[in-house]
Amino acid sequence: MTSQSTAKRPVQLLRNLSAKIASIPMILTALVVFVGGTAWTVVHSFTSSRLLPKLNFVGFDQYERLWSTRRWLISIENLAIYGICSLILTLLIGFTLAALLDRKIRFEGAFRTIFLYPFALSFVVTGLAWQWILNPDFGVQGVVRGMGWESFAFDPLNNSEIVIFGILIAGIWQGSGLIMCIMLAGLRGIDEDIWKAARVDGIGTVKTYVRIIIPMMRPVFITALVLIASGIIKIYDLVVAQTNGGPGISSEVPAKYVIEYMFRAQNLGQGFAASTMMLVSVIVILVPWAYLEFGGRKRG
Amino acid sequence: MTKMMKSLLAGTALTALSASVVLADGAELEVTHWWTSGGEAIAVGKLADAWQAAGNTWIDGAIAGSGGTARPIIISRILGGDPMAATQLNHGRQAEELIEAGLLLDLTEVAEANNWAEIINPSSLLEACTLDGRIYCAPLNIHSAQWMWLSHGAYEKAGLDVPANWNDFVASAPALQEAGIVPLAMGQQGWQQNIAFGTITIAIAGVDNWLAVNRDKNIDVATGPEYTAVFEAVAAARALAADSNVQDWNLATNMVITDTAGAQIMGDWAQGEFQVAGEVAGTDYSCLPGLGLNAVLDTGGDAFYFPVIDDDATRAAQLEMAAMLVSPEVQVDFNLAKGSLPVRGDIDLSSANACMQKGLEILASGNGILPSGDMNLSADTQTQVEDLMAEFWSSDMSAADAQAAYVSIISRAD
Repeated sequence: MTSQSTAKRPVQLLRNLSAKIASIPMILTALVVFVGGTAWTVVHSFTSSRLLPKLNFVGFDQYERLWSTRRWLISIENLAIYGICSLILTLLIGFTLAALLDRKIRFEGAFRTIFLYPFALSFVVTGLAWQWILNPDFGVQGVVRGMGWESFAFDPLNNSEIVIFGILIAGIWQGSGLIMCIMLAGLRGIDEDIWKAARVDGIGTVKTYVRIIIPMMRPVFITALVLIASGIIKIYDLVVAQTNGGPGISSEVPAKYVIEYMFRAQNLGQGFAASTMMLVSVIVILVPWAYLEFGGRKRG
Repeated sequence: MTKMMKSLLAGTALTALSASVVLADGAELEVTHWWTSGGEAIAVGKLADAWQAAGNTWIDGAIAGSGGTARPIIISRILGGDPMAATQLNHGRQAEELIEAGLLLDLTEVAEANNWAEIINPSSLLEACTLDGRIYCAPLNIHSAQWMWLSHGAYEKAGLDVPANWNDFVASAPALQEAGIVPLAMGQQGWQQNIAFGTITIAIAGVDNWLAVNRDKNIDVATGPEYTAVFEAVAAARALAADSNVQDWNLATNMVITDTAGAQIMGDWAQGEFQVAGEVAGTDYSCLPGLGLNAVLDTGGDAFYFPVIDDDATRAAQLEMAAMLVSPEVQVDFNLAKGSLPVRGDIDLSSANACMQKGLEILASGNGILPSGDMNLSADTQTQVEDLMAEFWSSDMSAADAQAAYVSIISRAD
């Protein structure tokens, strides 16, 4: 047995040699650009680099300043509100739309296209379009007042308390179509016999969805979750186009803080510290989850 | 860049500037700047004309958007090893690290040959170009931020005299509001609110206190009663600007032009907007440098920097251009077109309008000249103060909280 396995080992290494050679560029890119670049950024976040990256270490100064800056705290708070609401609502709306489309309705193709269409627009276009829709004089408020309801007030973009929800509306409008398509694909993958069995057992439609179909769609939900979550953490262009962080600094987000402190304020160290914090927050959420999700399955 | 590309660009620039055909033996220099609005483009055309008249080629590298957009592009080109031959930047601390890294050309010999030390007025402009005794930029013009622009039409409507200073203005505000006029036009952007803050500070707390905080980073003054009064005045100004919901500065200026707002606090570049609208200084609008309380102006503005390029012919041409920018003819032509003040006091600008004359008087008197915020505070500190102002003006943050936040920014400033 042992002699056999030692004889096999070099062969194992050489198996699919051409495939391994072909993947070397990607491995190098991953190591040098992603891992290397990340390490470089983290190291420089402990320095007092201003316009140019320099290696004069100042310990945790940049982080102390970061966490005592109002703008950063507001950014984090906004990201949390936007993230939680967007995650829940996008999944809910995406699944509901998919389930409705799955009920073998007429013109399914047309509806699918309409719902998916916003996803084809860039965030900048989405942001500008919603800036106009939410404009108090020309948008929703103006139209409703024009119809006679004079006291109607809906002006989220100029109210610092609720501006983030104005951005949330645009984000959900843009993102839920894609999630609907993924959910629909998942629903179509469910065997017709499941439905027949449920019907024979006399289980209602809604109950079938909640108790049987959704648990079966676990992989689809995870795909959707990853897509939504990555969209949340990197939100930037939507805010720039829709409010540019205003009114005041009430709709700032972390990615915008990073860009502005790196380039406008010419303070690389502060920008790096902020981007490191973004990375840390992703790791804190992703690592335990990935461990449970993928590590657990291998063992089982 | 290939030869082909260069000549193509040169051709485009020539057509755009409608300049005469240039002899081929002159030097070609690419110049980047962010002067793209109507009046600014005319002004930069004057520079190009003067350069081409000397037999050289001006390759125009205008970058659309404000300095905030253009500056990172310019700096990353210099850092990335693809430098332009000359570039606009605001004098001050923006280029400090580039100079320290040896990326910008030393202009000391031109400065000495042309006697800049004597002719440049105020001398603080040259100091802002100087690092360790060497000169690295050619100052081109002076823009000052400490102006209040008042609409005569708005005050006529309200049946009042046009105020002569900030205190009169505040007193007149209720009457303006009764007449349905927004007392103070203010764009909802941090840098504009910061200009208003700086201007009110100089008017209320005085020059000495302003210098103590901005130049010497004196915390005691920043926490003191003078600055408390400043933050209360800014809070009062915030209430006067509550109904002004425009974003851009020129839209706020437009409120003054159309008499829907009583006044705006904005730099002297606002004058270009009044000119384009056909308004006449003194009859349609008036201006109060230093809010009419402290007739002082800061001396921010534009300067040209020349990145180091390893080519003797190019270097000679760069030095030639540096000398040209400060020459009397270019100073007159450029500044009249731009509405800015010249960097030398020995030239004739009698055709300038009433507001520019006020500025020239202050410059000539030698009193009341301040270094600009750009020269005192780093971009990092500026950004933090702008963030604070953006928050303060758009919320109901108390004056005391704002002062505390301001003090902590100044205590961290470098």
